[in-house]
Amino acid sequence: MLENLFTNIAGLLRNLLDSAGVPPLWNDVTLLVVKLVAILVFILINALWLVLMERKVAGYMQARIGPNRVGPWGLLQTTCDIGKLISKEIPIPKSADKILFLLAPALVFVPPLMIFAAIPFGKDMVALDLNIGLFYVFALASLTTIIFWMGGWGSNNKYSLLGSMRVVAQMVSYELPMILSVLGVIMLVGSMNLTEIIAAQQNMWFIVTQPIAFLIFFIAAVAECNRTPFDLVEGESEIINGPYTEYGGMGFAMFFLAEYASIMIISAMATTIFLGGWLAPFGLTFIPSWLWFFLKMYVLIFVVMWFRWTFPRIRVDQLMGFGWKILVPLSLANVFVTGIGMYIYRAIGW
Amino acid sequence: MLRTETYTMNFGPQHPATHGVFQVVLTLDGEKIVKAEPVCGYLHRGIEKLAESRTYQQVIPYTDRMDYLASMLQNWGYVMAVEKLMGLEVPERAEYLRVISGELSRLASHVLATGVYALDVGGFTGFLLCFRERERMMDLLEELTGSRMTFSYARFGGVADDAPEGWLEKLDKLMDDMPGYIDEYDGLITGNEIFQARTKQVGGLSPETAIDYSLSGPVLRGSGINYDLRKAKPYSIYDRFDFEVPVGKNGDCFDRYFCRVREMRQSVRIIKQAIEQIKEIDGPIKGKVPKALKPPKGDAYAEIESSKGILGFYVVSDGTNKPHRVHVRRPSFINLGYLDEMSRGWLIADLVAILGSIDIVLGEVDC
Repeated sequence: MLENLFTNIAGLLRNLLDSAGVPPLWNDVTLLVVKLVAILVFILINALWLVLMERKVAGYMQARIGPNRVGPWGLLQTTCDIGKLISKEIPIPKSADKILFLLAPALVFVPPLMIFAAIPFGKDMVALDLNIGLFYVFALASLTTIIFWMGGWGSNNKYSLLGSMRVVAQMVSYELPMILSVLGVIMLVGSMNLTEIIAAQQNMWFIVTQPIAFLIFFIAAVAECNRTPFDLVEGESEIINGPYTEYGGMGFAMFFLAEYASIMIISAMATTIFLGGWLAPFGLTFIPSWLWFFLKMYVLIFVVMWFRWTFPRIRVDQLMGFGWKILVPLSLANVFVTGIGMYIYRAIGW
Repeated sequence: MLRTETYTMNFGPQHPATHGVFQVVLTLDGEKIVKAEPVCGYLHRGIEKLAESRTYQQVIPYTDRMDYLASMLQNWGYVMAVEKLMGLEVPERAEYLRVISGELSRLASHVLATGVYALDVGGFTGFLLCFRERERMMDLLEELTGSRMTFSYARFGGVADDAPEGWLEKLDKLMDDMPGYIDEYDGLITGNEIFQARTKQVGGLSPETAIDYSLSGPVLRGSGINYDLRKAKPYSIYDRFDFEVPVGKNGDCFDRYFCRVREMRQSVRIIKQAIEQIKEIDGPIKGKVPKALKPPKGDAYAEIESSKGILGFYVVSDGTNKPHRVHVRRPSFINLGYLDEMSRGWLIADLVAILGSIDIVLGEVDC
């Protein structure tokens, strides 16, 4: 019952539209729109909840309680925060490039939404089952760079400019090890379809067969979403708030929530590629598949938060050095070793 | 035709990492610092000038407002200069209370410096962990003096009040816990790979330069010079305690930071010994001091080792009940003198690390 909760809802909707005499094409379109809206709502609400989770995690790590005033256990705190931020004016600096400045926070949620459309949340729960899913996801993930750059450039502030320069440099240098690390998985599966990647992990998660790839992927992914220890883009003790320095009100809130949306994305991607996606481990199939997916995702999100509240910030040149001198060669070596391994396996005829 | 040029950036006065209202006008080449010009004075209140129109006693609260993170030591320095001027005797118990409260204040200041340094290089948890212990110290100091930051505890010829009942035991308990807490800082902050990468070999300061620029405190000792007034010219009763002066080796940010961490352990040692010794001493906490304080004509200079460095008070008396001139040698201000050269060629992120490792308090810099 719970297992097929969402697929049943979708099926019900389809039947309803069918019986109302809607032509099949319109039926499909409506269903897709419904799915995308559901994902959008999910991302927004989840981002809100993640802000609270972060504050609670930070609180408990730092011998304090965290927000506990608004709602039970502080559950409504972030909702109220966003409510407050919506009611605020968005100040536009006089010398700013108005179009870019306002466009950036509006666009910042587009890549997360588009990526989530292709990620399988559970059994038969994928809005868009693309056969180049992985390629699509990576291509869109790097799109965020441009949006941050737009915000930083449009602000016409030296701190913002420095921040956005850092964004571009950081994202470009960490995209490479991230994609190269996944190459090993693609070689093993022989497909870029996310559903097939999950299916290939039926017996063994790729974190076991590709542990180094997982490490590289996760480190590079943390850098991709600008989290500590790679939060140079914001680096509040250096460049105040990087590209978001000039933003106030909802403009700021959008960037802020987008950060959590991108944490969700990298965790969802790591779950799909390395942790078996919605597959239940140890045959614990009585827990619905989508719940497994979220469990794994939240564990990874917690790890990312754990990083944030433990590590100091790395320096720009060290960041570049780490990316190009350690992660890229390591991920290339991983591809090489995977290739040799596959060849040997085939030779012994497994 | 492509060309590059340097640009200026105002680092502060409204900036999260300048430890107050401090400005550095940076000339940058990309992110690299070509020139860093410190601009201070945003918090200038003219304390030295104000002192000239106040009676000697009335100046004590002003000294609190200079280094408000270790104001116990500021009171002590000023009071010592006036005592020297008048030739006042301080009872033994008062000396012990001064050492205990002064070291506790130093501890509180160093704990904050450690935490803020963690925050400066991007680690937020270290900052709040340090606040956890600082809170206990603040509670104790509040119990002793009635105030959490501006203590005004020292008086001419003694201290304001004796320790309340059970206070020394509570302090002893905290001192027992403190080494464990410092181990925690070492684990979370000092031992962190990224922290070390950020601070080691950054912002080097050679021993010769440190002396030439008259730097003092952990900044000087981080460069490998063993000069702590408590050991070099023992004032008060510091010759009665057994403690070491931690010294760095390379004179980089990490050494300056680590000097402070190790100094905390020494402060704990001093307080432990002082608590042990004060138990046997009973007596007044204030010497015989005339009601109307009129020091004889002349001048006196007294210096103590504050948490930031050598804190000197120069007091000139013209025979009236108001000082003719009070001048303060403020270690934070003098330690800032080398900031420009120290940060040239480093990145903006390093400037934050360097500034944090000097550990300035703007109240003292601007006076």
